[in-house]
Amino acid sequence: MSAEDALKSKFDGGELAFSQFRDNHRIVVPAAKLFEVLAFLKNEQNFDMLAEVTAVDYLEYEGAKDRFGVVYVIVCTKSGERLVIKTFVNDPEPLLPSVYSLWKSADWLEREVYDMFGIRFSGHPDLRRILTPDEFTAYPLRKDYPLKGRGERHNFPVLTRAES
Amino acid sequence: MPFEVSDLAELDAPDKEYLWTLNFGPQHPATHTTLRLILTLDGETVVNAVPHIGYLHSGFEKLGEHLDFNQYVTIVDRMNYISPLHNEISWHHAVEKLLGIELTPRCKYLRTILAELMRIQDHLLNTGTCALDLGGFTAFLYFFQQRELIYDIVETASGQRFHTSYTRVGGVAFDVNNAWVNKVRSFVKGFAAVHAEVHRLLTRNRIFIERVKGIGYLSAEDCINMGVTGPLARASGVLRDLRKDEPYLAYPDLDFKVVAAKDGDCYARYLVRMQEMVESIKIIEQCIENIPEGPVNVDAGSKAVIPAKPSVYRSIEGLIQHFEVMMPNRGFPTPKEEIYAATESPNGELGYYIVSDGTPRAYRARTRPPSYIHFAVFPQIIKNHQLSDVVAVLGSLNIIAAELDR
Repeated sequence: MSAEDALKSKFDGGELAFSQFRDNHRIVVPAAKLFEVLAFLKNEQNFDMLAEVTAVDYLEYEGAKDRFGVVYVIVCTKSGERLVIKTFVNDPEPLLPSVYSLWKSADWLEREVYDMFGIRFSGHPDLRRILTPDEFTAYPLRKDYPLKGRGERHNFPVLTRAES
Repeated sequence: MPFEVSDLAELDAPDKEYLWTLNFGPQHPATHTTLRLILTLDGETVVNAVPHIGYLHSGFEKLGEHLDFNQYVTIVDRMNYISPLHNEISWHHAVEKLLGIELTPRCKYLRTILAELMRIQDHLLNTGTCALDLGGFTAFLYFFQQRELIYDIVETASGQRFHTSYTRVGGVAFDVNNAWVNKVRSFVKGFAAVHAEVHRLLTRNRIFIERVKGIGYLSAEDCINMGVTGPLARASGVLRDLRKDEPYLAYPDLDFKVVAAKDGDCYARYLVRMQEMVESIKIIEQCIENIPEGPVNVDAGSKAVIPAKPSVYRSIEGLIQHFEVMMPNRGFPTPKEEIYAATESPNGELGYYIVSDGTPRAYRARTRPPSYIHFAVFPQIIKNHQLSDVVAVLGSLNIIAAELDR
């Protein structure tokens, strides 16, 4: 039984959305179920490597309903299977459970997402900024952050989903 | 391992006053690039290390949202600048996967040769400088002379030695000629002798072995759990190589082995890198004699591809397509989708997560940099080692700060 079938039978409320594009098998998971799904995949389906955690700001994306998408790419090193798990979080206080307790590679990856997008991870042991200085206040990869301009970069209008 | 607050309090306790703090970097010759470590030392033993990164952060991923798929190749070039062409191949691998473009056989072989040359180039620098930091100057010089030959080959193909910006969506900027093929042949012919020479210099050199053997141990479980890939993971016995596991380019046709070791220390990493160069040479030998004839770029009927120059100058269709691809206010439709695609770079899994909003610019262009993930491992493996081992371990991890910080 593939991992996707196992997920379907375990979480059969229709909350998970399965899709495929090229060779990417993707699952959209509600934020409340995220940790449960990832823990199930790690512990029972043997997805032992977390290859990637990243986020996307959908502020200007046509037809998007939520503000941020957070993407986890997990790998089963035995079978080489790869899954892309995605979840959505919203303004004003985007918060997700940290998966550091499952995979240690989440440490710096989640710190980068926090640094660049301001998404907090509860339960992360050391959630500090990593690429920008500690005193930095903005989140540079958000779409409302300007690309250039002195002063502009420190004093720009912050947009929320409701205003866009 | 993150720096835990309880540790900090413990290190500051009155009975631990004899511990002292050493600021290593950001500009230290052995870090090669701008890395900074705060080391807590007990005599010469490292009891804690906290990496501070971000000195070279220059917003590459933000730029990726404002440049089109061909323009951004000049930026990915500058991430891992030890093997620049591999970043380009990796980036366009992801873009082509998003657009659903199947490369021509000639382009696949050409890119495979270049990717393997880059792997050799990266390993040459890494093993060379690793020995250099530990006091072995000669191997470094031998290897840099070989790197010079690879620069030459790359220059013949692309016109640039370093930041080549050679690949394009659906192909490469220019096709190669026979002179290039001969250059690769002569490089392959001469490489084995230099490789053997360095083997004789280092592999059984007692001074070198005593500095690297048993240093910086990383177990296979930790490798997997901490996301470590590439030669580092293979040196710990994780048999994972995307060229075999998720074959791309011409790799399914080729005969090569995945090199691995069991020890998981700096010496094992050195040996894995040395042997991987031999496998890469084998791959190049197979490819260079079998480069298929035919066009190197995908047919310009695909809207995303820059047409060949003769057709731009001599036909109106070519000119229109060139205009459509090049002008910032024009463009071609792309699938409104998201994709993660990875290749086996010399350093490990180099992946790109691209979100497309239907325009020829990425809505989000995320890089999964192997250096970033490997550097996170550093505090754990340096604990209880000597101060002088910091250099050996840093050298074996092959951290490239431009890729680390982006």
